[in-house]
Amino acid sequence: MAEAETLDQGLRIKTEVRASDPNAGTGQVAIELRDVNLSYGDNHVLHNISMDIGEKMVTAFIGPSGCGKSTLLRCLNRMNDLIDNTMITGSIRVKGADIYAPKADVIEVRRRIGMVFQKSNPFPKSIYENVVYGLRIAGVKDKPMLDEAAEQSLRAAALWDEVKDRLDESGLSLSGGQQQRLCIARAIAVEPEIVLMDEPCSALDPIATVKIEELMYGLKEHYTIVIVTHNLQQAARVSDKTAFFWLGRLVEYEPTSAMFTNPREKLTEDYITGRFG
Amino acid sequence: MSTLNPEAPSADATRPKLGRPVRTGDGWVWFTGSALGLCLLMISGLIGVVLVNGLGFFWPQPLVKVTLKDGSVFLGQVAGREPIPQPGTPEHNQRHRLQLKVGNRDLLGFDFKWIDDDQVVSQEQPPDVVYAERREYGPLLGTPARLTDAGRVVAEGSEQVWVAVQPYLARAHRDRKAQRRIEREEIGEINYRIEQARLGLRRLELEQARRPGADVTARRAELERRIAEQQERYRVKQEELQKLVEATSQSFLVVRTADGNEKELRTLDIFRAFRPNRLTVWGRLRVYGSRLWEFVTGDPRESNTEGGIFPAIFGTVMMVFLMSLFAVPFGVLAALYLREYARQGALVRIVRIAVNNLAGVPSIVFGVFGLGFFVYVVGGAVDRALYREALPTPTFGTGGILWASLTLALLTVPVVIVAAEEALAAVPRSMREASLAAGATKWQTIQRVVLPAAAPGILTGLILAMARGAGEVAPLMITGVVKLAPDLPLDRFFPFLHLDRKFMHLGFHIYDVGFQSPNVEAAKPMVYTTTILLLAIVVLLNLTAIIVRNRLRRKYQTSAF
Repeated sequence: MAEAETLDQGLRIKTEVRASDPNAGTGQVAIELRDVNLSYGDNHVLHNISMDIGEKMVTAFIGPSGCGKSTLLRCLNRMNDLIDNTMITGSIRVKGADIYAPKADVIEVRRRIGMVFQKSNPFPKSIYENVVYGLRIAGVKDKPMLDEAAEQSLRAAALWDEVKDRLDESGLSLSGGQQQRLCIARAIAVEPEIVLMDEPCSALDPIATVKIEELMYGLKEHYTIVIVTHNLQQAARVSDKTAFFWLGRLVEYEPTSAMFTNPREKLTEDYITGRFG
Repeated sequence: MSTLNPEAPSADATRPKLGRPVRTGDGWVWFTGSALGLCLLMISGLIGVVLVNGLGFFWPQPLVKVTLKDGSVFLGQVAGREPIPQPGTPEHNQRHRLQLKVGNRDLLGFDFKWIDDDQVVSQEQPPDVVYAERREYGPLLGTPARLTDAGRVVAEGSEQVWVAVQPYLARAHRDRKAQRRIEREEIGEINYRIEQARLGLRRLELEQARRPGADVTARRAELERRIAEQQERYRVKQEELQKLVEATSQSFLVVRTADGNEKELRTLDIFRAFRPNRLTVWGRLRVYGSRLWEFVTGDPRESNTEGGIFPAIFGTVMMVFLMSLFAVPFGVLAALYLREYARQGALVRIVRIAVNNLAGVPSIVFGVFGLGFFVYVVGGAVDRALYREALPTPTFGTGGILWASLTLALLTVPVVIVAAEEALAAVPRSMREASLAAGATKWQTIQRVVLPAAAPGILTGLILAMARGAGEVAPLMITGVVKLAPDLPLDRFFPFLHLDRKFMHLGFHIYDVGFQSPNVEAAKPMVYTTTILLLAIVVLLNLTAIIVRNRLRRKYQTSAF
């Protein structure tokens, strides 16, 4: 891409930043990270991350590839436990409770913190079964309760009208954007407090992306949302606060409008204006 | 074929000049293609030979009456014609000879007769000759002469006898069926009860030996009364049996053979009779169908060279079924541990290599292991613990379908493990993460997401295992297969499934009929027909598994990512 074009795009982003409400959320802290360090074997991936993530608002993690933003996101519901040789120090508290405490119940943690992945990953089951999966494994057997949860979640994920007549069809029969919304419905069906989204739109076309973004505005009324994105416009459009990571370090963490209009750090400015990354 | 323009000048003139097919690589297409072609040719050739020889066996062939120069006359089916080998003389392979299946083994002492072409004076196909399949001594070939009933002549002359004998044959067929039912079921039941009571007596004896003071008189009397009661029933049944076949035992068909002898044949013993030289195409088809049906559903006769092979079919299918029942869960569990729980490292790699190598161990080694471990160690222990009263006769301490199936399961479990591991590894990580992120435990994830998605792959392992297991003979020969076992491992007597029973197997049947038979020449077609059946059963079992797998695959098709 030519230099002029890149600059122009950078400027356009600046102008596009919504006046995202710096007073969004309840003012409470949902997740509190203190001196989080993570290494895979000898590879030190995250360095001394400390930040507070506010309740019922959208927080975006941005940064170039390999900066550790996805890794940090996966720390928040202990998905990194699945990878051998992972070492985590520091503390991550969700509503004051340390999720890495020896007594912490990892299953309970994941039930409270839902996750949506980069690639939509519905199970090869019916749409209905996909949505109620979390409830079923939690032992809910009451049919009316499952039905209601399925409808509510699908409505919240703006998918109900499209699939209400074919709940028995395979989740894989949906389009890419619908599949991703199905995954969101699945994540919120268990009524988590926090929803983590790991580049949820990176495999979607622009129209599907817009739908998911609109969905996020609605969801933040009820849920704390943390989103990792590569797409700076998206971060600017949907998030209330943005954290910029670079080489495993938290460089800047500000309300989104401030970050995109008047970044404090030179590094941040270079990144959001497209000079690297 | 190359899509390059052949007229285009070579881009690199300094290249060594090779023939065009080599340079373009077209030669390899032909080379690899002909290798595949050769394989297909060999397979289709094998199947073709087996099909032609096997399916032709049931077709009723005309009977030929051959008169020789020395005046002797033979009647039979032409079984083959070949040049006479006389190595070292100019006549080597110049003259030909006929192989005639003459039957009448009880009269002639042989079934087949070689006749040199230049000895033949005349050949004809007499219209009224009969081919009679009977209980013993192979077929009887000749002209019907008389039909007698209780010493009285009912009919005389070929045509009249043929017409008159038909109702007798139908009656004989019915009688044999009834006889078989009584012997199999009613007398079988009586024997079963007597055996139970006898074991009960034996148990009392053992109990008394353990606790000398115990009073068992009443129970003993009860058991003895039961035995006496059953023995009385047995006597009644025997009489009933005799009365049943009285009529057909007293009627005789007298057949005049080609060399002028007469042979009396009890109508009860005639299984099938037809006049091959008079049959229309429709009649031949009926004989063909009836023979094929008997072959598939009947019991063997004449040390397996005649009759059907139903017990062998049943034994094979049941053994494969039991084997799958043992091998699949066991293999899947092992694969689950290796793939999902075990820490991937040197040890797991070594285990994996060992499992792979296990699949290459000669099957007879598994057989020997099965005999030593399952039959003698486990079976012996089971007998001592549960079947003490039957000792020293072993119940489980001898070869049986359970041990044979377990041995084969052991043989095929590496195949299942390898296939299941691959199937588990192919389940996308994203799907497991989705499940875990929804708050599922590892086991819930395996159970609800991983296993269903891996099911088609696991079934592929089952298909491979079945294909291997169904064709295996060597380990079975020492762990429970026998030449003749008319008692199926599944019947209506408690406990219905008799896993201790010995059984028949198609693969072993081929070996037995083809190489252990006293009458190899007559049994040869049975080898082909049994082979066809074994192939058909393997194909059928595989087809079922493949259909199930494809349905699962459609159901659990993962997204295109």
